[in-house]
Amino acid sequence: MSDQKVNSERRTLIMATSVVGGAGVVAAAVPFVASLSPSERAKAAGAPVVADVSQLKPGEKMVVKWQGKPVWVLRRTPEMIASLAKVEEAGKVSDPDSEKSVQPEYAKNKARSIKDEYLVIVGICTHLGCSPSDKLKTGAEEGMAADWQGGFLCPCHGSQFDLAGRVFKAMPAPTNLDVPPYKFLSDTSILIGDDSKEA
Amino acid sequence: MAANIYPKYTSDGSRLGNLLEWFDARFPLTSMWKQHLSEYYAPKNFNFWYFFGSIALVVLIIQLVTGIFLVMNYKPDGTLNAAGIPVAFASVEYIMREVSGGWFIRYMHSTGASAFFIVVYLHMFRGMLYGSYRKPRELIWIFGVLIFLCLMAEAFMGYLLPWGQMSYWGAQVIINLFSAIPFVGPDLSLLIRGDFVVSDATLNRFFAFHVCAVPLVLIGLVVAHVLALHEIGSNNPDGVEIKKFKDEKGVPLDGVAFHPYYTIGHDLPAITIFLFVFFFVVFFWPEGGGYFLEYNNFLPADPMKTPPHIAPVWYFTPFYSMLRAMVWNFFWVDAKFWGVVAMGGGVVILAFLPWLDKSPAKSIRYRGPIFKTLLVIFVIGFLILGYLGTKVPGYYFFGFTPAVNEANEVVFSPLNYLLSGDLIAQIFTVYYFLFFLTMPYWSRIDKCKPVPERVTTK
Amino acid sequence: MQAGSGKGDDQMKTQAIKLLKRLAAVALIAPALAMASEAMHLDKWPAADHSDQRSLQYGAKLFINYCLNCHGASAIRYNQLLKLGLDEKTITDNLLFTGEKIGDLMKVSLSREDAEAWFGTAPPDLSIIARAKASESGSGADYLYTYLRKFYRDPSRPTGWNNVVFSNVGMPHALWDLQGVQSLLEETDDDGHVEHKLVQSTSGTLSPEDYDKAVADLVGFLVWMGEPVADTRKTIGIFVLIFLAVFYVLAHALGKNYWKDIH
Repeated sequence: MSDQKVNSERRTLIMATSVVGGAGVVAAAVPFVASLSPSERAKAAGAPVVADVSQLKPGEKMVVKWQGKPVWVLRRTPEMIASLAKVEEAGKVSDPDSEKSVQPEYAKNKARSIKDEYLVIVGICTHLGCSPSDKLKTGAEEGMAADWQGGFLCPCHGSQFDLAGRVFKAMPAPTNLDVPPYKFLSDTSILIGDDSKEA
Repeated sequence: MAANIYPKYTSDGSRLGNLLEWFDARFPLTSMWKQHLSEYYAPKNFNFWYFFGSIALVVLIIQLVTGIFLVMNYKPDGTLNAAGIPVAFASVEYIMREVSGGWFIRYMHSTGASAFFIVVYLHMFRGMLYGSYRKPRELIWIFGVLIFLCLMAEAFMGYLLPWGQMSYWGAQVIINLFSAIPFVGPDLSLLIRGDFVVSDATLNRFFAFHVCAVPLVLIGLVVAHVLALHEIGSNNPDGVEIKKFKDEKGVPLDGVAFHPYYTIGHDLPAITIFLFVFFFVVFFWPEGGGYFLEYNNFLPADPMKTPPHIAPVWYFTPFYSMLRAMVWNFFWVDAKFWGVVAMGGGVVILAFLPWLDKSPAKSIRYRGPIFKTLLVIFVIGFLILGYLGTKVPGYYFFGFTPAVNEANEVVFSPLNYLLSGDLIAQIFTVYYFLFFLTMPYWSRIDKCKPVPERVTTK
Repeated sequence: MQAGSGKGDDQMKTQAIKLLKRLAAVALIAPALAMASEAMHLDKWPAADHSDQRSLQYGAKLFINYCLNCHGASAIRYNQLLKLGLDEKTITDNLLFTGEKIGDLMKVSLSREDAEAWFGTAPPDLSIIARAKASESGSGADYLYTYLRKFYRDPSRPTGWNNVVFSNVGMPHALWDLQGVQSLLEETDDDGHVEHKLVQSTSGTLSPEDYDKAVADLVGFLVWMGEPVADTRKTIGIFVLIFLAVFYVLAHALGKNYWKDIH
């Protein structure tokens, strides 16, 4: 047999072995990479949760844990709702119509909610993941600027948000706070994490 | 000096070539590649037995990779969770059920432990067949024995981690062995456990050793083992030195480049066959008939209740049999201590093999009938010791019931002795040690055949 | 002395004959037999008829109604029953207790303290019991299939129940309304061997045949629960082995090609 024939056969075999072997290595890596994804336990812990808002008074906020994250339910007073327009008129809000922000379609409005009265929002700053603090009252009462209309302040890098979780201009946070999928099971109970139509 | 014999890489002008030249000028890349692979000349007459070194390396890698991924979800915690199950035990089941792909990773690791020992036992047996431990390869062999010791420590401590009944009581029994050492024993076993019984403290320190300390030492020893081998060159089934006959370039006439002829030409298909068997076990037989994963270890550790029959995992059983075989008190020290000596000595004595063997021929191909006979008995004895180590003390072969007198004592009758597991274990334990200790004598007088100058090929 | 040794010889002879018979059998199935020396008799679990989805579903129902009151299955989530073909609504409506979510673990309703007070020991978690109970005598399934059918009345026990394969068991016969009551009879045969036999004293809501089937289904569920991934594992395994076989053909051909250089 000539050397040339051996060599061409060898080249073919090297190619075939490398391709098949490479595919095998990739396939073997799949379970290892998959093991890094959230486990059944994490998924079960991240299942939708019910928030009972029957005890929540106007102006108060409650925190519910969903997927390990703090989800805020803020029952807004009429004044609070009115503050949203004021802030926007003053030109402070960077993304007033939530064009760049994450929320379900039904919360893509000025109040960023299904019902204006209830704000349901993920309490994690879109900058680097700190949880902003409540600065719900107006002005100096919260140690904020005199024209502060109430909202949230991130303690890590100072991002400010209004009472719909909309971020102010020239802040480190790029977008408004995320709104999770949710739906009203009744007037006083909200299912967070699931907005499917049935049942 | 050695590094200088390989010229540095010079670029062909391509971008990749330039990068390689830059790199090679600062790092012994080509010289290492050549020294250990493409210009490491191995004898061309390697056979089946020479697969197991490479396969052991594959298993080591499997164990390291799967181990790292297991640690991501395993919790070394002996306290009980809300359901009353120890956290460590529950975390293993969590990996098996709730982590995607977790069962695959865990079965690979548990099967890998047994595979490691199968491969290493065969690798060691190859050394005995062909005299691979003989001068000038003594140090390679000693590094090998140290690797074997490390592997036993690694396996023993790893076995505690699932925190099942066998994990717990196996560790309890083995750690208590150390208390047999005169004077320091009881304090030593307390120090190993860090508690009065095997407990959460023991679990945590075993975890630290199993995932961190021992693997580091193991990897270091494996590197030393390979470096020492490549310094001397490989032995072969004829037990002759290929470096005696070289061509004008200094390449041994009977040598072939390790890469690609052995890496791809020889080991890759062999590794594939190994993986076929390995994955057959992983996917279809992960419990290995109760030997790879012991059934009792599916019960969470219960410090209040010992399972009826405690046996170590199969790969320790030959040495465990030696431990149990020692039932006599010598020199005012109890049998328990001599048991520990026998078990430890059984491993340590291997390290002296290079100096015990005085045969003129290295390979079994040219050694005489005494060696062949004694080696066959040695292997059978070792296997029987292994089998008996899985059995309860007082075991009789083939379900035999010994004849007893009115007082229920076993009477003197040939079958009662011939089939007694305890007695046979004692005989083979004595044989095991005599095989080594008398080797300087019988290996010298054995009638060897003349050894050829060059390797033989079919 | 003479007589004594003669007797000894006889004894040896019978032993030797026994041994020869054994050796003949051993030659056929040596390792299995040698291992089965400490065996207890277990009835074989009829796996084939009790591993499909319907029997698993029935087994799950029995498990939740009869076992889960005292035993937990803390490694299993209710939503894993979806894999048995049960739908979410069936599970939520029929199998969950109030306040439980479908993603919850199958925790026991009984507290450990109460259990220890009532049974002397906390009932074991059953998630992997089918794997733990395997032994030289048979698979874990065989053990459970035998165990759950071999309860008998024993007034000397605090619970009033005892079991043939687990003597002085702490657990009462949880399925007795299905099986009815059995009692243990001692019979001596011609050789003087004492044999134990279970006889039905009162019948349960199921006929003996139906009871055996029900237990087989329940055991099927316990086996499934021991390793829910078992079927997937085997399916993937076939593909892996086929892949390796193909790869071997290539690697072998390539290796041969390289060695052409040498000879």
